[in-house]
Amino acid sequence: MSDKKLLLEVDALKVHFKIKSDKSWPWSPALNLKAVDGVSIKLYEGETLGVVGESGCGKSTFARAIIGLVPATDGTVVWLGQDLTKLPARELREKRKEIQMIFQDPLASLNPRMTIGDIIAEPLQTFYPELGKVEVMDRVKAIMMKVGLLPNLINRYPHEFSGGQCQRIGIARALILEPKMIICDEPVSALDVSIQAQVVNLLKELQTEMGLSLVFIAHDLSVVKHISDRVLVMYLGNAVELGTRKAIYSNPLHPYTKALMSAVPIPDPELERSKTIQILEGDLPSPINPPSGCVFRTRCPIAGPECAKTRPGITGNDDHAVSCLKVAAV
Amino acid sequence: MVLSKPKQQAVSSFASELEIKGRSLWQDAARRFFKNRAALASLIILSCITLLVILGPLLSAYAFDEPDWASMHSAPDFAAGHYFGTDSLGRDLFVRTLMGGRISLMVGILGALVAVVIGTLYGAAAGFIGGRLDRVMMRTLEILYAFPFMFFVIMLVTFFGRNLWLIFIAIGAVSWLDMARIVRGQTLSLKSKEFIEAAHVCGVSQWKIITRHIVPNVLGIVVVYSTLLVPGMVLFESFLSFLGLGVQEPMTSWGALLDEGSKSMEVALWHLLFPAGFMVVTLFCFNFLGDGLRDALDPKDR
Amino acid sequence: MSLLVVNDLRVEFKTPEGNVVAVNDLNFSLDAAETLGIVGESGSGKSQTAFALMGLLAKNGIITGSAKFEDKEILNLPVKELNRIRAEKISMIFQDPMTSLNPYMKVGTQLMEVLLLHKGMSKADAYAASVRMLDAVKIPEARKRMDMYPHEFSGGMRQRVMIAMALLCNPKLLIADEPTTALDVTVQAQIMTLLNELKRDFNTAIIMITHDLGVIAGLCDKVLVMYAGRTMEYGKVNDIFYRPSHPYTEGLLKAIPRLDTEGEVLATIPGNPPNLLRLPKGCPFQERCHRVSDICRTTAPELTGFHDGRLRACHWDWEEIEQGREA
Repeated sequence: MSDKKLLLEVDALKVHFKIKSDKSWPWSPALNLKAVDGVSIKLYEGETLGVVGESGCGKSTFARAIIGLVPATDGTVVWLGQDLTKLPARELREKRKEIQMIFQDPLASLNPRMTIGDIIAEPLQTFYPELGKVEVMDRVKAIMMKVGLLPNLINRYPHEFSGGQCQRIGIARALILEPKMIICDEPVSALDVSIQAQVVNLLKELQTEMGLSLVFIAHDLSVVKHISDRVLVMYLGNAVELGTRKAIYSNPLHPYTKALMSAVPIPDPELERSKTIQILEGDLPSPINPPSGCVFRTRCPIAGPECAKTRPGITGNDDHAVSCLKVAAV
Repeated sequence: MVLSKPKQQAVSSFASELEIKGRSLWQDAARRFFKNRAALASLIILSCITLLVILGPLLSAYAFDEPDWASMHSAPDFAAGHYFGTDSLGRDLFVRTLMGGRISLMVGILGALVAVVIGTLYGAAAGFIGGRLDRVMMRTLEILYAFPFMFFVIMLVTFFGRNLWLIFIAIGAVSWLDMARIVRGQTLSLKSKEFIEAAHVCGVSQWKIITRHIVPNVLGIVVVYSTLLVPGMVLFESFLSFLGLGVQEPMTSWGALLDEGSKSMEVALWHLLFPAGFMVVTLFCFNFLGDGLRDALDPKDR
Repeated sequence: MSLLVVNDLRVEFKTPEGNVVAVNDLNFSLDAAETLGIVGESGSGKSQTAFALMGLLAKNGIITGSAKFEDKEILNLPVKELNRIRAEKISMIFQDPMTSLNPYMKVGTQLMEVLLLHKGMSKADAYAASVRMLDAVKIPEARKRMDMYPHEFSGGMRQRVMIAMALLCNPKLLIADEPTTALDVTVQAQIMTLLNELKRDFNTAIIMITHDLGVIAGLCDKVLVMYAGRTMEYGKVNDIFYRPSHPYTEGLLKAIPRLDTEGEVLATIPGNPPNLLRLPKGCPFQERCHRVSDICRTTAPELTGFHDGRLRACHWDWEEIEQGREA
């Protein structure tokens, strides 16, 4: 892992939103929504980092902050040596050739009034306007074949395709600039199970073929296990556990990770009925007013009085790190 | 590059559906529109009225401003060529109604066009740029809403006399406000859609996002609303003419004709009925057309 | 005696693009306190089955066939009679907890409404019963919650309120249409544990409609696998999971990524979900089946019984599948 090239290093990234409380006067101070509150990751070349968490954990906001769709409040995002958060807009636009994104809702991520040929060609035409029409069409058709779409569908409109096919179109659009990294924001959550498998396999093939790095965001632990080399578990804007796939799945340390894993239903009646689930009591706290100290303490089965006072840092190494006062990484 | 087995199967399963041309949303909408009988009939009737209004006066022997001394204020008389009769000054009503139609329709359609262009640009800009600019623009809009327009029109007429272009300005000034609000709302809801985020991620410039992604998706609502604006324009113009603030004599419009006709309603009913009939039919048709367009373009289906 | 017996249920919709057969000759039975899982992906017709049973279909839907609940026919009933069955005998919970509750009414009012309408209880009795029910579904501070509005509840809590509302009149059958799909996995685990407990306490039969085989494995006694409106397979849960007899079930089980296994590549079911407007002649699954043969393209397989109560609709020989498994 250490001899691979380090592509992306995110350090203590924070994304806070100011929102108005609805029971206040126009002049009262705005509330602070801590969507992402200090998360650090490293991504190496050719690797897939899986980001797992439930709704409200901030994983989507995290992804959007890396790519610059959402401004970062604090922290750095260092891509190939440059800090993206400090770049002016024009230079950030240039980086779009290297970092791309695919979205959760396959149909909504495509402009319903454009043919899929135009949709896939758009990034190419934006960055290489000197290319001729024929050349552009050729490249679009080549990319379509690569993701498993028949090239003669090039004049069809998004609503004429199924969810899985729309996602392939989105992948084609992301690939046409030959980026180095693709951020996948829950790309298979909206798809049927049989189609999910197709898209996940496609992403893996393309990764090997094109030497891509992926940041794969999902709430489904099983899908993340199949595609990731390293995994980050998030809760309420914080990183609770981070490590290699093997370390996280065979030896989860953080109580949240353990609860999350035990909650995933296994499609095997004997195993499923005999397993013990660690039920997390209570509800997700509001990110506007997160609990003091460790944000997980209100639902943690092993929380103690010190968890309310001190915010846990990250302990461990590159292979396995955890953020908990009670549990130390081996 | 060799395709893997599942991809080969996917590719071959599509071979049976070999079709090059796609079916755009506009084509779908056109198909739905033409199935709607009321809307189709309205479209045909409106086309006929437009043709009549353009060509009709050329077919008649009479001019719209020349009195026929032989038949003053006479009832409709086919033999003499006065299909709709004459008014109190002996001018042929058929030609006058059609000339009036030219003015009313022109005002209605051009007025709607002006409202659409100004309103769309204003609304899209406010919605897309957002932030403080949006707030300022919307507060300005609200102040304009509160403005007493009749007062404005009377002032204009008092200062500049009765002029067709003044009518345009006055009507244009009133009607773009609603359109701006509607377009802004639509832009706001589009802004958060994922394909706009995707366009950002692909490095598309702000201007291109507005023209290529936002405007085509806003056009649906704009088209529907503008066909519903036209009747409002026509009515507003006729309201002004009725009050004596509209077009200058001898040029006329449906509203002016209604004004004249209402005065001689007891003795010469035809003077009121023909222009009123044309106006009512036109307004109904525009409303059905707007309804039909709205049903055809209903985003609920997609 | 079975609680619910469904025979040849068929749901057809008239659309401008043609007739769509959403559910095609469905057959199953359910005993008291049993849980049936209906599994299928998009276009399988599983939700339409539930709506047909409850009389909630869209106006352009035509239902044929028979569904006998406690020996009385419940399909195509007039609304008045249907209302006597709804909530009292058969209850339903829906997928999206965000939109299933009326946002303008307090939660307590919505709960009490069910009891006032169906049981003719007094307000005081209805209040007490509602609070008891909120306790039973483990909502903390039940009394306080009665006075709150739905938007003050989280997704998981709203789903619990829905379950409470559905169980208020102690129905014999509860139909759950993808109740946990919109919820986080930890919340899903809570709801499933709750459903298992309530099943025991209230002795309710449940029809659980979902696309998640994991949920089925944890909750159901019998499973019905649907594809393009047709039954592919029907049998006891252990049989379906450990000895699937249909290529679609086989494919689904292999395509699901699992936490407890390692694997680089997921087995896939090639092709796309069915287009109900243009189903192929013969078996609807033919284009994606890894065991397809010529007869599949011409004749739709009949639903045939084998091995004590199991049903399957496939031309592939059962013996060969068994042998293949043992090999």
